Amino acid sequence: MLAQFGNPRAWAARFRFDRRYLPVSVTIGLFVLFYTLAALRYTGIGTVQVFSNLLIDNAFLFISAIGMTFVILSGGIDLSVAAVIAFTSILSAALLEQAMLSPVIVIPLVLLIGALFGAAMGALIHYFAIPPFIATLAGMFLARGACFLISIYAIPIENAFYRAVAQYQIRLPIGGFISINVVIALLMLVVAIYILHYTRFGRTVYAIGGNEQSALLMGLPVARTKVLIYALNGFCSALAGVVYSFYMLSGYGLYANGFELDIIAAVVIGGTLLSGGFGYVIGTFFGVLIQGLIQVVITFDGTLNSWWTRIVVGVLTLFFIGMQRFLIGKGHS
Amino acid sequence: MTSLTAKPGAVWARVRVGNLTWAILALLLILGFNFFFTPGFFTIQVRDGHLFGSLIDILTFGASLMILAIGMTLVIGTGGVDLSVGPVAAISGAVAASLIGGASDASQTPLWLAVSAALLVAGLCGAWNGVLVAWAGIQPIIATLILMVAGRGIAQLITKGQILTIYYEPYHFIGGGFLVIPFSIFIVAAVYTVVALLTRRTALGLLIEAIGNNASASRYSGIDQRLVKLLVYTISGLCAGVAGIIISSNVRSADGNNAGLWFELDAILAVAIGGTALSGGRFSLVGSLIGALIIQSLVTTIYSFGVAPEVTLVVKAVVVCIVSLLQSARFRALFRGASQPQGG
Amino acid sequence: MTLQPVIVETRGVSRRFPGVVALSKVDFTLRRGEIHALMGENGAGKSTLIKLLTGVEKPDEGEILLEGQRVSFRNPHEAQEHGISTVYQEVNLCTNLSVAENMFIGREPRRWGRIDWPQVYARAEQALARLDVSVDVRQPLGDCSVAIQQLVAIARALDISAKVLILDEPTASLDANEVETLFKLLRRLRDEGLAIIFITHFLDQVYAISDRITVLRQGELIGSYATAELSRLALVSHMIGKALDDLDLLQERKAEQEATSDDAAVLEAQGLGKRGTIEPFDLRLQPGQVLGLAGLLGSGRTELARLLFGIDSADQGQVRVQGQALEIGSPAASLRAGIAMCPENRRLDGIIPDLSVRENIVLALQVSRGWLRTLGYAEQVALAERFIELLNIKTSDPEQPVKQLSGGNQQKVILARWLAINPQVLILDEPTRGIDIGAKTEIQKLVLELAGEGRSVLFISSELEEVLRCSHRIAVLRDRQKVAELDGRTATEAQLMQVMAERSEHDIAYS
Repeated sequence: MLAQFGNPRAWAARFRFDRRYLPVSVTIGLFVLFYTLAALRYTGIGTVQVFSNLLIDNAFLFISAIGMTFVILSGGIDLSVAAVIAFTSILSAALLEQAMLSPVIVIPLVLLIGALFGAAMGALIHYFAIPPFIATLAGMFLARGACFLISIYAIPIENAFYRAVAQYQIRLPIGGFISINVVIALLMLVVAIYILHYTRFGRTVYAIGGNEQSALLMGLPVARTKVLIYALNGFCSALAGVVYSFYMLSGYGLYANGFELDIIAAVVIGGTLLSGGFGYVIGTFFGVLIQGLIQVVITFDGTLNSWWTRIVVGVLTLFFIGMQRFLIGKGHS
Repeated sequence: MTSLTAKPGAVWARVRVGNLTWAILALLLILGFNFFFTPGFFTIQVRDGHLFGSLIDILTFGASLMILAIGMTLVIGTGGVDLSVGPVAAISGAVAASLIGGASDASQTPLWLAVSAALLVAGLCGAWNGVLVAWAGIQPIIATLILMVAGRGIAQLITKGQILTIYYEPYHFIGGGFLVIPFSIFIVAAVYTVVALLTRRTALGLLIEAIGNNASASRYSGIDQRLVKLLVYTISGLCAGVAGIIISSNVRSADGNNAGLWFELDAILAVAIGGTALSGGRFSLVGSLIGALIIQSLVTTIYSFGVAPEVTLVVKAVVVCIVSLLQSARFRALFRGASQPQGG
Repeated sequence: MTLQPVIVETRGVSRRFPGVVALSKVDFTLRRGEIHALMGENGAGKSTLIKLLTGVEKPDEGEILLEGQRVSFRNPHEAQEHGISTVYQEVNLCTNLSVAENMFIGREPRRWGRIDWPQVYARAEQALARLDVSVDVRQPLGDCSVAIQQLVAIARALDISAKVLILDEPTASLDANEVETLFKLLRRLRDEGLAIIFITHFLDQVYAISDRITVLRQGELIGSYATAELSRLALVSHMIGKALDDLDLLQERKAEQEATSDDAAVLEAQGLGKRGTIEPFDLRLQPGQVLGLAGLLGSGRTELARLLFGIDSADQGQVRVQGQALEIGSPAASLRAGIAMCPENRRLDGIIPDLSVRENIVLALQVSRGWLRTLGYAEQVALAERFIELLNIKTSDPEQPVKQLSGGNQQKVILARWLAINPQVLILDEPTRGIDIGAKTEIQKLVLELAGEGRSVLFISSELEEVLRCSHRIAVLRDRQKVAELDGRTATEAQLMQVMAERSEHDIAYS
């Protein structure tokens, strides 16, 4: 049946276009298209500040999705990310407000905890061959539960440093402003691109996602890399939690409830194949932007209801999964 | 690896029943713990002609989980998983609630019709998953993830973003009513009976186990995997539908956002505790029921100690860890010490 | 011509596993500048020897020498660093990465801590140019043909280390032109002093490319020969273990089961083939006939059977059952038409490990009856016990999980599954492998009994005497092609071996 549509590889070859870039290009194209249509339809969306707000509101999602991209590129999945965001927020709040520790200690500490937590799950996954889905499920339960061991209620953050960061506005030359969170997110994006495309670790991530068995036979350090991938994701989730605490100025166990799905969807919509080996972190960036844009459009419209976000995201996810299957084939082994 | 002479029947019989035995022991352990440390746990009072007590609570609250676990067992038996059962339950509750309406004395739609419509929608959701897995060949985690993401949105679409309250009393009877014992238990029994008959009185159970245990050998035997998989995902959807009605009936409302939140994970856990391997093959419906009861009694035990309910999450995390490690061949090999080299 | 220096040598190496001796005191010598073919049938020990050389396994006794020094590799990585690389049949590269990346992954040249991509691409192009390959090194490896992928794998192996190159079934997925390209390359590398071990099942290729041949059989070294001095017939007889002049007296067969050639065929294949798997073939099976399928390991016997049964989809040709066209590529359709297949690999395709003996036996029968018409429990037990007795299956109880049985008994359970559905045509792929002598004879008798009932059997076996004993006609496969059909009653082992080995007057002329 698919033969009617011709061979995608042949098309790509003819146009000298690396077909691995196709899904990401579609993502970026979709975003530009949506944004243009939205700006035309609703006056006000076309302003710089609205775009900046898009970045500000979703900064923490970017950071977490970047970590998730690494995991999914390697062929795994991590369901614990949103729970770690919440845990980081409430742990930070408790340490700052109840233990009266300084941010200089608290922030590196929670980041380290996040990384170690991820590494532990990675070890379970690699050394005991426990499916990533199950191991990170346990991690999710653990992190969420641990939130409530710390406190059942939200803990507001009064700390001066956090307040300063939350209120700090960076003026943009073209008008409007962004927050420090956005800077952190963009910085992480650059770092992630560097790691994935200019370090051996990053290329090993792609190799494992492509064919773990081959990677092993080629002598790549698969065990070490897999544990590091989950540790890195744990770090990103913790960092997202820190950024979220700046944004919300409080910590609470119910934060980011259900966000893991949004994060996974962002990575998929960003063009990364769920079975691993294909994808670019810049795509994830736009995947998050698309989700954020849908929310913005719904707010501006006033008549649509927010549940449409979920449905549209679901449809987009399906569309991208289908496209990936068509372009790249029924999964490589 | 394999013995050269057949061992006496007693050995394998023990091993086969073994999984179920562990589960029953675990349940008894929890109940035993409560017997000693929780005063009044086993007290059953009779009030208004109904039975009340912690034990009854376990059955009532566990009913929806037990039904979900039944559907999930079949899906896992084929080597798959269904992540969408929580949202599908929410959708089912939403359909029923919107058809019934907010009046307390009458329903806009005959009760049986509303319930049937809800179940139909849930079944269609399940069938959708089945088609994605069996015909499009998409991995079950990924295929059911789509509905998991979109499902809550669909549920909210149906409830128009509100939390619909159901005042209609007969509907409340489904989840909260009593016929001496909670009515929902009768529903559990009915669902179990239907599924058990379907899997054990027809060849379906054998086919599911064969597909999950060795898909290639099943092909050589002429099994059409697509139809079997379509059926199990549809059944899972229907079970989610029934669970959704019980949940919405219990809380007298349909909440698209929170109904059945993370229930699919509890269901998977229940199946795993009950002895069905997550990789597929032999499954045990009774085991999953016991697994669900274990989870529910753990939760109830913790409540009765006044600990915050969210702490149950930590306990579940530990249980997931233990169960998956026990099911991991490499973990078990650590204790056995022998390694199996490859032959040349 | 002076002998080149020895580069790799094994002296008296042995490797044992529980219940089986994989290698027994094998001496193997490899010289620089030679292409050395390693040959042997199933269980000969070829892959074990390679695993010892590449550090995947360690010998239980004996020693391995590299350039005169004793070596003991802890893992393949170490072997690679010392100069021994392997390219496997399934090209073990990552098709999602670019060609250049596959060449250098794990050891990419770096500048100031980051990967120097221009260098990567430049060096990849150079390395491939050495092998006369020019492709766009930036494109994903998956976009290249398997032949190119293999050359990339070879280039990577050579780039990492350049002393010994082991090629395990390199030509399995290549067409004739690609094979020729590969061989030109190998000859050039050999002339430059590289030592190459070449494992293949294609006899033509062995004679086209190799300088020496080492034959293993059941873990023992049979001998090392110069290719030019070893005839094909001698090679095959060494591999199988039959002396050339050993004309076995054929056992008495039930001669009354003659099928005349006028009988309508019950199963007929015309021009059935699949690119890269097996050349198009014709096959006719008559009722009451046993058609034996002979050929060396890798000659295509299992592939032929899988195409007939429909587990693999043919891309050309057709199959007819009792004159009706059969749906290609559908095991269910084949079963409905009365064709059943007992596959070769019982672990992967045969047993359902956690299910009981009874359930394994009744499975196919139950499937044929549909979901609703279940066999009663008593009926199932009776059926299981009937076959347990018939085939002498050693199990304490029909409820025992089949994974607990020994290999031979598992094989019998699988056989029982297919016997239970009374198929019109039964394809048996190595049905007696791993079964004791007494049981083997039982099964052979069973095959003939089935024929006596008017059924047909396609009987695949590596044991020639078995094939001869049971078959009315014998089809011979060589190098993925059906090359001859002999009369089973008059053929001799020597004849069979000859046809399996080389072109003879028995060959069917294919255009």
